[in-house]
Amino acid sequence: MFGLLKNAFINLISKPATRNYPEVVRQPPAGVRGHLEIDIDVCIFCMRCSRECPCGALTVKRDPKSWSLEPGRCIICGYCVEVCPKKCLRLEPRHGLTAGCVNTKEEK
Amino acid sequence: MSTQHPPAGDKTFRSLIPFGPQHPVFPEPIQLRLMLEDEKVVEALPMLGYVHRGLEKIGEQKDFYQNVFLVERVCGICSFIHALAYCQAIETLMNVTVPDRAKYLRVAWSELHRLHSHLLWLGLLADSFGFENLFMRIWRSREIILDLQELTGGGRIIVSTNQIGGVKRDIPADLQRRVFEGLDQVERDMEEIIDTVENDFSVKHRLVGVGRITAEQAHSLGAVGPVLRACGVESDHRLTGYAAYADLDFKAVTWQGGDSYARTMVRLYEIPESIRLVRAALNKLPEGPLNVPVKGNPDGEVCMRVEQPRGEVVYYIRANNTKNLERLRIRTPTFANLAPLLHMLPGCQLADVGVIVLSIDPCISCTER
Repeated sequence: MFGLLKNAFINLISKPATRNYPEVVRQPPAGVRGHLEIDIDVCIFCMRCSRECPCGALTVKRDPKSWSLEPGRCIICGYCVEVCPKKCLRLEPRHGLTAGCVNTKEEK
Repeated sequence: MSTQHPPAGDKTFRSLIPFGPQHPVFPEPIQLRLMLEDEKVVEALPMLGYVHRGLEKIGEQKDFYQNVFLVERVCGICSFIHALAYCQAIETLMNVTVPDRAKYLRVAWSELHRLHSHLLWLGLLADSFGFENLFMRIWRSREIILDLQELTGGGRIIVSTNQIGGVKRDIPADLQRRVFEGLDQVERDMEEIIDTVENDFSVKHRLVGVGRITAEQAHSLGAVGPVLRACGVESDHRLTGYAAYADLDFKAVTWQGGDSYARTMVRLYEIPESIRLVRAALNKLPEGPLNVPVKGNPDGEVCMRVEQPRGEVVYYIRANNTKNLERLRIRTPTFANLAPLLHMLPGCQLADVGVIVLSIDPCISCTER
């Protein structure tokens, strides 16, 4: 019954296992799937990403040329990044926009 | 709560209690309608359908590449193993030979998933009988496994590294070293946890003899996974040697007794076995490509079975040489374990119902899909 008592005393004098969040922000390791970003200057608006997206989160228009992401639908699977022929999409290891916003990029 | 009038002359008082769908011990919504005689359960009736998402129907509308991402989201705990079952099924239909390196990596991620699932469940069980210190202790170790999954796969739960024809990511030598360090830490933590769970008086008091089921009952009711292995039946689909299990000298963990304690012990001793399997898979990792290109569409029908933390999952797929599947059917382990659960409950006390339901490790989102 007292098997974990030693552990409880060690916990009293040791550092907490959790992080003091707002002050100490955790840096995710490299390669973590996060917010989807696009390098719009490289994009050729081929619509491959919007066709292959499993949940219809991407809308690509040719006239005028625009690419938009609906973060509320995106499941951050990274399939668009795989299929992009110009490799202009990337998943950044950070949080993105909230679900309500639509991230639209237009060609300059 | 409703009451039933007993027959004239009968002094017992029967009442029907809706247990769930929202209940502190349930991680997911399931309702059990319990017929009680005083405090003793005499009958239990499950009511499902609170988290049905129609995933099998969506699977017929998406193409078979997109379905990998869909089946990963069937279950929040064993997402990798769902994708593994699906990919193996499609690979069988399309006669794709997966590279050896991908097979070993699939074992490594599968076992990491099993580790975090068992640790999650063990923590929930400790919480259900009020052992908060043990609960926190176990979940601290689980956090290490989640970090390893994030490090190697890019996601803490949904690692999403499976694809038809192999895996997407590699675990290079520097990440392997960090995986080994993390596993060493979990192994050190487990020494203390195993000793506490196995021998502690308060744990045994709540588990021994509770929710007992015989091996014959379990087998005839179609129990799978730890519920069946806790009755002494050596039934583990990993013994068939899918992926790279055949080369890793896998031994199934079994226990005698068929009660909640035996089920706990099976899962508890599967944790060191899984740690050993991850280490063995990464140590033996052969050189070679991660995946092979896949061409064409699947045709025909296939039934694929793999072992999840909760037991055996069955994927039935019928394809018709188009991008869309004709039928995607998933039989999850919790669904198979519900019938044995209904035979465990009669005769137990109301206070033990939560522990017994947790002892089959229910995953309701899986079951209802």
